[in-house]
Amino acid sequence: MIGIINYRAGNLQNLKNALDFLGADSEILDHPSQLAGHNKLILPGVGAFGPAMENLRSFGFVEVIKAEVAKGTPLLGICLGMQLLFTKSFEDGEHEGLGLIPGEVIRFTHQELKIPQTGWNHATFADPGDPLLKGVRPEPWFYFVHSYACHPADPANQLGETDYGDCFCSIAKRGKVYGVQFHPEKSQADGLAILKNFIDLVA
Amino acid sequence: MLAKRIIPCLDIKEGRVVKGVNFLGLRDAGDPIELAKKYNEQSADELVFLDITATNEQRETVLELASRLARELFIPFTIGGGISTKEQIHALVTAGADKVSINTSALKRPELISEGAAQFGSQCIVVAIDVKQTRPGTWHVFTHAGTRDTGINALDWALEAEARGAGEILLTSMDRDGAQKGFDLEITRQMSEALHIPLIASGGAGDLDSFSDAVTLGKADAVLAASVFHYGTFTIRQVKEHMAAKGICVRL
Repeated sequence: MIGIINYRAGNLQNLKNALDFLGADSEILDHPSQLAGHNKLILPGVGAFGPAMENLRSFGFVEVIKAEVAKGTPLLGICLGMQLLFTKSFEDGEHEGLGLIPGEVIRFTHQELKIPQTGWNHATFADPGDPLLKGVRPEPWFYFVHSYACHPADPANQLGETDYGDCFCSIAKRGKVYGVQFHPEKSQADGLAILKNFIDLVA
Repeated sequence: MLAKRIIPCLDIKEGRVVKGVNFLGLRDAGDPIELAKKYNEQSADELVFLDITATNEQRETVLELASRLARELFIPFTIGGGISTKEQIHALVTAGADKVSINTSALKRPELISEGAAQFGSQCIVVAIDVKQTRPGTWHVFTHAGTRDTGINALDWALEAEARGAGEILLTSMDRDGAQKGFDLEITRQMSEALHIPLIASGGAGDLDSFSDAVTLGKADAVLAASVFHYGTFTIRQVKEHMAAKGICVRL
């Protein structure tokens, strides 16, 4: 059973729809006490980093998520959920994240680029043999909507990168913690393949 | 590299897809879910549904449509038409819409943009702007299917919408809409260059070059069209292959 962490940052139904479509049992978790007992967790989210982190804290999710990760429960952060995995973000000031992957979240700086990056872009894989990526075609298309991007301190945590003016980390990995900047639940076959791999990941 | 998007637009009336010339003379063009699936297979990058007869009874129909689409298709879609409150946005987002498009109601009460962006995120709020050229070099925002001039300068309004937190602008040239004679490249380029958020060009899709021109000359980030796709003039794939041949990055 996959637990979807609900800290009131956006609609979770579309993610649940995709998991249903793939035949995976999932449950939306409104309270930290519900996390234990799920063999995988997903941290979704859209919106701003600061208020999202504040919600995670005030609902009491932070320590419980860290405890589950320490136990070896696979965790997948999606979009803002990926950014929250990092040490800190510079969105509207400076905010501390969950610190599960060392690194920073910074705004796109290119002058001519439209922000947010909105639409379909490629990702290139550092390790196509990783369990999250196996079977995904070499030049996949994923749907992105974001103004800030993750930059891991250790290049070894960068599993996939995407070019939007500059290259940024679009897939991160540290142990069994994964993050994807795009929306796999909105990226048709390539996105569903990533979700399927997460579902099939051996906990 | 980020792909330029091709977005089929489905005008919905009483649960059916319709499309007219200059917003008049509506013709029946099919079942929305069937068309959505067809476009999905043709590699549409997103879908836009505009409920053009948004009365209270039909709003339920649109919620059902959103909910079904979200369970059957895994690409982003936008719903617009008659949305004037945060509660309506909430209902559509909860049903599964990724974005909502707001138009006249944002003109009446621009706070709806900021409130919507604060509650649902900028990525959720598309501000649709219908424009007509009123004299050389000047475009005004029009309402009521292009019949009423608000007197508001189109560029000023686009910049205000961006400042209030809109995630994208959907620009429709009412002079060109449905005529299949090409987009209004001048206002498209001016607006896209003035904005920092993406611009979707709409109104006037005609031959294959009209799509590539909207991107190369009009500087649009995405191109929206209805008739040419509904009536099978081109498939989305044909349009994208043409754009790719012109050196434009598209998702194929």
